[in-house]
This record gives sequence, C-alpha cells and structure tokens, in this order.
Amino acid sequence: MRMLDRVSRSPWIWSWLAAFVVWFATIMVTGGASTLDLSQAALTFAAFSIIVGIGQMFVITLGPGNVDLSVPSTMTLAGTVALKLMDVDNAMIVPGLVVAVLIGIGVGMLNYALIKALRIPPIIATLSVSFIVQSAAIWTNRGLRIKPPSFLADFTTANSFGLPNVAIIALIISIFAWFLLEKTVYGRWISAIGQSTPAAKMAGIPVDGTRFVTYVFCAVLASLAGYLLACFSGGAALNMGSEYLLMSIAVVVLGGTAVAGGDSNVPGIWGASLFMFLVVSMLNTYGLGAGIRLIMTGLIIISVIMLAGGRQPGAR
Amino acid sequence: MPRGAVGPRGEFSWSKPTSMTGDKPKAIVEVADAKVSFGAVKALDGVTLAIRPGECVGLVGHNGAGKSTIVSVINGGLTPHQGSISADGDILAHYGINAARERGVRCVFQELSLCPNLTVVENTRILHRHLGGFGWRKRAKEVIERSLDAVFPGHGIASDRSVGELSIAERQMVEIAMAFSDAGVAPRLVILDEPTSSLDASLAEQMLTYVRHFVAAGGSVILISHILNEILSTASRIVVMKDGRIVADRPAADWTDQSLVEAMGSVVKGEAHRRATRDLAAAPVVIEQGGRGMPFRAKRGEIVGLAGLAGHGQTRMLMKLHAAKTSDWLPRRDLAVTFVAGDRRLNGVFELWSILKNLSIGSLGDLAKRGVVNAAAEAERGADWKRRIDIRTQDLANRILSLSGGNQQKVLFARALSTRAPVVLMDDPMRGVDVGTKQEVYEIVRQQAAGGRTFVWYSTEMEEVCLCDRVYVFREGAIVAELAGGAVTEENILAASFRGAEA
Repeated sequence: MRMLDRVSRSPWIWSWLAAFVVWFATIMVTGGASTLDLSQAALTFAAFSIIVGIGQMFVITLGPGNVDLSVPSTMTLAGTVALKLMDVDNAMIVPGLVVAVLIGIGVGMLNYALIKALRIPPIIATLSVSFIVQSAAIWTNRGLRIKPPSFLADFTTANSFGLPNVAIIALIISIFAWFLLEKTVYGRWISAIGQSTPAAKMAGIPVDGTRFVTYVFCAVLASLAGYLLACFSGGAALNMGSEYLLMSIAVVVLGGTAVAGGDSNVPGIWGASLFMFLVVSMLNTYGLGAGIRLIMTGLIIISVIMLAGGRQPGAR
Repeated sequence: MPRGAVGPRGEFSWSKPTSMTGDKPKAIVEVADAKVSFGAVKALDGVTLAIRPGECVGLVGHNGAGKSTIVSVINGGLTPHQGSISADGDILAHYGINAARERGVRCVFQELSLCPNLTVVENTRILHRHLGGFGWRKRAKEVIERSLDAVFPGHGIASDRSVGELSIAERQMVEIAMAFSDAGVAPRLVILDEPTSSLDASLAEQMLTYVRHFVAAGGSVILISHILNEILSTASRIVVMKDGRIVADRPAADWTDQSLVEAMGSVVKGEAHRRATRDLAAAPVVIEQGGRGMPFRAKRGEIVGLAGLAGHGQTRMLMKLHAAKTSDWLPRRDLAVTFVAGDRRLNGVFELWSILKNLSIGSLGDLAKRGVVNAAAEAERGADWKRRIDIRTQDLANRILSLSGGNQQKVLFARALSTRAPVVLMDDPMRGVDVGTKQEVYEIVRQQAAGGRTFVWYSTEMEEVCLCDRVYVFREGAIVAELAGGAVTEENILAASFRGAEA
C-alpha cells in the first residue's frame, strides 16, 4: 500500500500512465496485429525527443525563465555539417560525431555568452542564436541532401535485442543524466539554483559556471540528436529540427519536471516522449482528419497536464 | 529652531496622556491594550495609545521595538490579536484600512508606495476614490498641486510626470503631499514613518513647518524618525517604545537628546554574558573591505558586530564581503567565507529539498569524491549536526518546510558551521528565533570563535551586538564608528547610530 502511495505521488507516473493508455487504445483498434511494430516505432521516434528533452530539462531545472530555444537549429546544423564532413565515408564516422559535439559546445557557449554578457533573458538570447545557427545551416547545406555513411544509416534504423539502437543510446544518455542529477554535486547545484538563485549564491555555489555548463550540455545533446536523426532519416533536411522546439519543452512539462525549476525527472521524459508519439499514431489509426488530429492532440496534452498538476510534491 | 518651542500645548493636561475625561476632545484613534505576535515574536505586548486632535506624537525606539506594528494597527492594516480600537469615542468591532481612511487616517510609509508607472495625477486618483467620474484628471491635478504647493512651496514637480521618472526625494515629497491632500475626506491623522529619510535638510524643514501648521490647526500627526532633533523640535508628546511596549510617554519639553537615547535602551539591563575581552592584537587579519567611511577589518577568531539602524548598509557590507571571496564561475575547494541568511525565504532555504540536502549543500565539496556525493558521509554529517544543535525532527529526509522557523534557522547555521570556511558572515540570523535556540547558538559561536573562526555578525538585537569583541556602527551606508571591548555598550551604539555623522 505504501508502495502504491509512493508511486502515485511520483511525478513521472502520469506520463507513463497516459502513454500506456494510448498504446493500449491503439492496439485494441488494430486487434493486436502490429503490437511489436508499434512499440518499436514508438521507441525509435521517442528516442530523439528523449535525448533533446533531457537537455532541455536540465536547462528548465535552472529556474524560471531558463529555456533553450536554439535546440532545433542546433540539431539541423549539427546534422548538416556532420553529414557533409562524413560524405558517405564510413571511416569518417568518428570525426563527424566529434564535429557535431563541437558544434553543440559552440552553440551552448554562444547562448550563455549572450545571456550573461548582454544580460538578455534566455528566451530571447537562445532565439537569436537560433537564427544565426539556422542561417549557418542554410549556408552549409545549400539544398544538397547528402546521404549518411552506410554503417550509420543501418545502425540507426536497426534493432539490438529487440530494441531500436537509437532507443538504447537514449537509455544510456538517460541513465547518465539521472546519475548526474541524483548523485553528483553538479546535480545538487542546478537543483539549488532552480529553487533560489540568491540562496544558491550565498551557499557558495558557482552559479554562472553551473549555468554555463548546463546550457552547453543541452546544446551538445541537441547536436547529438541532430546527428542521429540525420542518419536515421537518410540525410539532413533544413527543417528537421523544427518539430523538436515545442516537443522538447512539452516532454519536460508532461514528464513532471517542475516548470518553475529546481525539480527534474528523467523517467517522466520517457513516458512523455512515448506518449507524444503514440497519441499521433493512435489518432492516425482511427483515421481522423488532420485538423481533428491536431485539436485532439492538444486536448489530450492539456488533460494529462491537468491530471499531473493535481499531485502533491513529496519530499526530495 | 529652539527645541520644544512649538506645538499647541497648554490646552491639554499632559499628566495622564492616555486617560480620557469629559472636557477633553475625543481621541481620533485610541488603541487599548493591543497585542500582536508574529510566531514567537511579540511585536506588540499590550500597547495603549490615544491620538487626540491637535497633537503631534513623536514615536521613537530601536528597530523591532514595535513602532511599525502599532502604526499598522492604527491605520487599519493589521488587526491586533487582542485589545480594542476606538475612534472618536466609539469602540469599533470592524476596523480596517478603508474604515481608517474614511475617518481621515493617512499614512506615509517607509517604503514608498506609489505606482511608478503612473503619473502623479493618476496616483492621486487611486488614493482618493471620491475623485472618480468624468473629468477626474482635472480634479486630481488640482488636489495634488494644492497640497504640494502647501507642503513644499516652490517644489517644481510637474504633476503629469510619471512617478518612476521622479528622483527618490521628489517621490517622497509627492507621497507626503498625497497624505496631506484633501479630496472630500479631510486628513485628520497623518502618520509619517521616516518621512525625511530621503529629503535634504531644507525640504525636511519645509515639511516639519507644515506639520506644525497642520497640528496647530487641529490636525494630528504621528511622527516616526530616527533623527531625534526632528522629533524634539516638532512633536508635542514623545512616546518611546521598546520590545513591543511603551516605556515612556511624556511631553516633548521634558525630553532631551540624551534622555531619549537612554530611554530607548534597556530598561532592565540584561544579564551581561559578554565574554572576557581577549587579546587579539597579534591575530592576523583574515578579511577586509574598504569603501565609504571607515574600512572594515576582521581578525582571526574575532567576533565582529555590525550595528546601527536597519537598512543602513550592513547587509550590503556582508554581500560585498561574500562576493569578494567567492567565485561565480569556478567551484572552490577551500571556501573562504560562508553565510548564514536572516531572510530565510529570500536567500536561505531551498524549499523543495529535505532537511539533509539543505544542510549539506554548503559542504558538498568535502562530502564528495570526484563530484559524486558520498551519501553515507552526508547522512553521517547530517546526524552529527542534528545532535549537536538539536534540530527537532523525526527524520532528516523530511522537507525543510516541515520545520518551525527557528529550526530552519538552525539548519542554516549547521550548513554554515559545518563548512571549513574560516569566516562566517551572519545576516541578522536570529530574527524570529526563540530564546532557547538563541542561547544554544551563542554558545556555539563562542566555542568556534575560540577555536579560531571569525564571525561577522549583523544583528538588529542589542543583546547580540553586545556579545561581539568589536562593533562597527553603520549609518547611511558607511561605517561611522568603531567600538571595541568595554566600549561596546548599548548607549554608545545607539548614540553612534543616531548621531553618527556628527560623532
């Protein structure tokens, strides 16, 4: 009973519950025929939102006003440049990855430089950086669609042990993120800053350093997601990141992370990402028109947030 | 201005100021036996005060004496937990801000209360609800300009400017004029809480002159000021408060500068638990800071007090000392300073966290290996401090907000004291802490100072300041006096904080 009580108070339970309900509703319609396919597709597509969402979650944990809107353009630039550099050559996979990560680091540094040096609110600063980065992506891409190296194209679309490879990568990153948040000094620091920046400062926490690292971390995860997504979808497209702007924020909020900061939640990101994909595929299965589908998606998200919002926060 | 030469005296008998007899005019507001407490703190402990027409009551006392609380009770902002309020002879069951305003009670607050984004005229409209309706701008303009001209002749403030553009002095002038303005309900009792804090001498004199006229014409004023000369020259009666009680209430003519300072001090001298003066001449200086006024310097093992009236730069000094010794960018392995917050909500507790996490956040560096927190070491240190300063909780995993204010404060002490930082900065940390806890903390501070730790202690409580080896007195953002050893007495500190500039 106590176990049940504890679980029902965990903020992540709602997104998992919602994901399961939608998953169940979908396989009921198809008569269980495509259960495995649906689950694997959900895990594959959710994996990208999970990777981006975790980065966004770290930034949102820093407290009110902190958000990274440069995520989509970072994904696009990293994917574009990495594919161009690798140029279908399997030997260039590691340099491509390194360049993608470097782009992430660069964007993160630029973000925080604007926030700190020019004292612009993060929402504006990251949006401006987003325009710069997107322009850079357009300039490098020039309408070319370069295919990924064959090894990467196979790897990102294949399964190991019945799990999509990208989902396994997302799981590894999630465990790492959970470890950072729960076990390390850095995790304590970002939670403290998110609860009260003045108190964090007076407790001797290097506030600027911690925020800087967090923005860089978020951008690196975004560029990693862009690298994988470009390989998965057989080439980088200029609009490949755009749906991840709202997605990255939505999965954080649905997953039970406090929007006001200070309290983050890794399992919730999984539930929310799966849910976001499954809702769309459920409505597709029902054969509804595009307009109805969007409205339904919106309504369902609102209901889940309302349900999850009624919870009492427990001690941490 | 000769002291006590003004004020409409004589018509009243001052021998029993709070009693009422038939031939005297009825009090505009009378508070009888009011008690107000905030948690463990008794802000008002049975105060009886009547304000009659045609008198200017000067209200003095040290910080936390209860001046602002009694003012809030009189202007209807605060309902006393016990006691009664009567106005014009009738006991009122329901008294609030609106009831007070209808009876002509006005208040000028210490913190300026105008809306900065609105113009002077628009602010006037907000204050006077009777001004509404078509053409209110014209009426409001007339009302405020008439009042500004009367209080501050030649003020030069255009009433169509937004308040945010005005200088702090001009804002205060508008606020004062606003309180004295008449639009339907004439002001009968105006409460001026530190009205001259941003005004220069000539503006202050203009205002005090107006106050005297207003009082001579039958109005009443409660004047709170830390500048004793203003009170002595303007008030007809002076009430001294201390620890939530009225300790003296006499006509202004019976007071002198000296007697006021004495009356504000302890009536009953507290037990002197100052420790023996130690010889710290040879100890090295561990922290110093320049700035306006005298330089700040603290030696190893010393307890340095920051005294003076609240908000005169003590907290800013602590922040400066903290900022100078910490980095915003890189973590430091060996902390140089640590901080105990007084304003727990603002810069103390982390509300989402457990007691343990709140306690350990200051010393995570010692409890972690390669950035990973050692949970066992953390729990052990938590249990150790729970025992040492007796944090009253079943389980350190409970949320910090489940603790009482005093116990939260103990956690903040434990957070600071459990670090290895050689200097501890304390920002009036005993606000709202009960006596027992205070004694426990004093003992810990004494022990740790003997062990070589330096404490920089800002306190608004005299008793605590007197525990210090050396005290810096602040006034208007600068250190104006330094008292050491035997010179650290209540009288000396009060004298320096009120007359620091001349001393």
